Amino acid sequence: MAFAHNIPFISIMMTILAGVISLLTGKDKAARICLGTLTAVALLSALLFAYLWQTGTSFTFSMGHFPAPWGNELQAGLFEALMALTFTVVMILSLVAGRERVVADIAPARQGLYYLLCSLLTCSLLALVYTNDIFTAYVFVEINTLAACGIVAAKDTGETVTATIRYLIMSLLGSGLILIAISLLYAITGHLLMNDLLGSMTELAASGDYAMPCMVIMLFLAIGLAIKSALFPFHTWLPAAHGSATAASSAILSGVVLKGYIILLLKIFYRVFGLSFAHDLRVADLLFVFGLLGMIMGSIFAVREKNLKRMLAYSSVAQVGYIFMGIGLSTAIGMVAACFHILAHAITKPLLFLAADGLMDVSGHSKNIFNMQGAGRRNILAGIAFTVGALSMIGIPMFSGFVSKFYFVQGSFQNPDKMLATLIVLALSTVLNAMYYLPVLVTLYLGNDENSPYRHRKSANSRNYKKAMVAFILLNFILGMFYEPVIKALEQGLLML
Amino acid sequence: MELNPVEIRLLRRFRKMYMVTAFLVSLAMTAVLLLTVFNLPAFGKAGNPAENEVIGRYIEKGLEETGAVNIVAAVILDYRAFDTLGETLVLFTALVAVLMLLKDEAGVFNRRYRERSKFEPEKDQIFRSVAGMLIPCLLVFSIYIIVNGHLSAGGGFAGGAILGATLVLYNIAYGLEKARGFINEKNFLRFITAALLFYSVVKGYSFFTGGNHLPSVIPLGFPGSIFSGGLILPLNITVGIVVACVVYGAFCLFNRGGL
Repeated sequence: MAFAHNIPFISIMMTILAGVISLLTGKDKAARICLGTLTAVALLSALLFAYLWQTGTSFTFSMGHFPAPWGNELQAGLFEALMALTFTVVMILSLVAGRERVVADIAPARQGLYYLLCSLLTCSLLALVYTNDIFTAYVFVEINTLAACGIVAAKDTGETVTATIRYLIMSLLGSGLILIAISLLYAITGHLLMNDLLGSMTELAASGDYAMPCMVIMLFLAIGLAIKSALFPFHTWLPAAHGSATAASSAILSGVVLKGYIILLLKIFYRVFGLSFAHDLRVADLLFVFGLLGMIMGSIFAVREKNLKRMLAYSSVAQVGYIFMGIGLSTAIGMVAACFHILAHAITKPLLFLAADGLMDVSGHSKNIFNMQGAGRRNILAGIAFTVGALSMIGIPMFSGFVSKFYFVQGSFQNPDKMLATLIVLALSTVLNAMYYLPVLVTLYLGNDENSPYRHRKSANSRNYKKAMVAFILLNFILGMFYEPVIKALEQGLLML
Repeated sequence: MELNPVEIRLLRRFRKMYMVTAFLVSLAMTAVLLLTVFNLPAFGKAGNPAENEVIGRYIEKGLEETGAVNIVAAVILDYRAFDTLGETLVLFTALVAVLMLLKDEAGVFNRRYRERSKFEPEKDQIFRSVAGMLIPCLLVFSIYIIVNGHLSAGGGFAGGAILGATLVLYNIAYGLEKARGFINEKNFLRFITAALLFYSVVKGYSFFTGGNHLPSVIPLGFPGSIFSGGLILPLNITVGIVVACVVYGAFCLFNRGGL
């Protein structure tokens, strides 16, 4: 058995150990442990991806001496490896770039615990990506929820505490729905392992037994995960949580935490219900409609917003809408486009949040866009980074956001029923995206800062911040121009699911 | 913030609408869930979908494969030990989040607390005497439940909760200063870290050997004796420590922001 087969297990255990040990160390050591572990996990995930790319297979790893239906099991294919790699890289870059802001925003005694929660958050994301068992997924969803609430609340202001309470309540509502769905699923199939569930569900779909519970289960799972990933009508917690947290938390939450739940939903579609049964249950149509609504409404909220971070948060609502729209198309290319958009948004939105932080730095820490006149000229790197992110989100060619839109359009051609709606909403949403990103760019570069008290403020960002931002910008270009291998990996990875 | 009459009226109307909507949503949810339950297989009937090869092996071979008399312990700490590691980490994560939010670094709350000493139950002699009689029994009982987890009903989660509650009772009856004599912040953090490290390292070994199809050196022992069930006994103890620490830690942090 190749060493590579151990990588999912090693990655998860390493992040758990890093999290547990951080409780006893000081804050600087905790940060080093967290970043060191994440780097090792990223390297291992890259190795795993290369190994799977070469062999073109997927494998399972049993956690313990008992084989799958009795014990727990992990599974890794190209899709899982690529997602694990992206998530860890985004975590590392966000934490590195947001380090100074964490030091400034969070009380010293809490910083160690902050990095501890980041380690546990990564552990839960990795487990969500790799798990082959729906109950294990639930357990790690809980860890993910609590850790995510913790990193919002770490910056102790009234605003973040209120936002956290709202986030916690909404998120726990989602967990409740997921738990009910899992117990119903167990009652009608007697399985928790995804492979066996797929077998049972295929039988049930053919025989037509338990049609009503199947519908309810799919609906609860979809809505529970949609609440946690902030799909449009359930997005109400997101702007406050993402808009008020420290920069690194906002980046992590929007870049990776939302995506972990979407990946679980994808796995449920592919590996629990099977695509055709999920399609028959019409839940994909529901997600499609919510996705379209989210694309429009998220952008409209963002246009009205004057607080830059909240604007970016509303933009996340719109982008999550894109992803769900792609899943709801229920075509092969639509799924690939949705997965590609997971990656594209995972590297773009953290870039935007961290750039916004750099811009706020030279504007007296005001989040209001009007106070940022000319900030792009004062902090050149953050300005460039924000421009790259904004252009990518609008969907300008050469940037990653364009590629996903291109594939969304292609995916819609395969499904004539939904083609017209998709194309109209895509066009409308692109215009709306431009309507809120371009004025910000104009303010940043052409804004008059003659009278601003901060006009001589120079950027004081550390070299680590600059390196991380450059890495994010490069990643965006790489994903925007050399996207073909990534698309191919996603196509193959989805087939392996 | 001052509101004008129109806003107040709107706010009242919103609250009314909110209540009505919430009621309707709950009603719909209840109806859906009840309907679903009527469509599920009857509870405990032979031949239900849940009665399959998975359960069959747990019941028939559980004793032989894990060495534990208690099948529940065998499932949660041997067959599906990874899930239980996750559960324990959920508790740990919750504790860390509470610690981060509520720990009173500046000691403001503590100072105020000491001034108003009426919260310290100094003079409640009846309560203290009863607690003094109860605590030793509860301690023995909780330890029994934890270490007997592989032989009878119970285990780390149940026993740990009783142990934690016993510590809370001690804290209420005798005050924080006395409780600090044997559990203060330093050794509290050490206990919980050591327990979780032990769980992840020892079970990590078992995951690693299992995943790579290597033999494991852990003996199962003779079923029914106290040292049996392989790793289940030590894992029950670690889970018990984590649960007790979380219960006691959460109480102290919510009570006065520190251990």
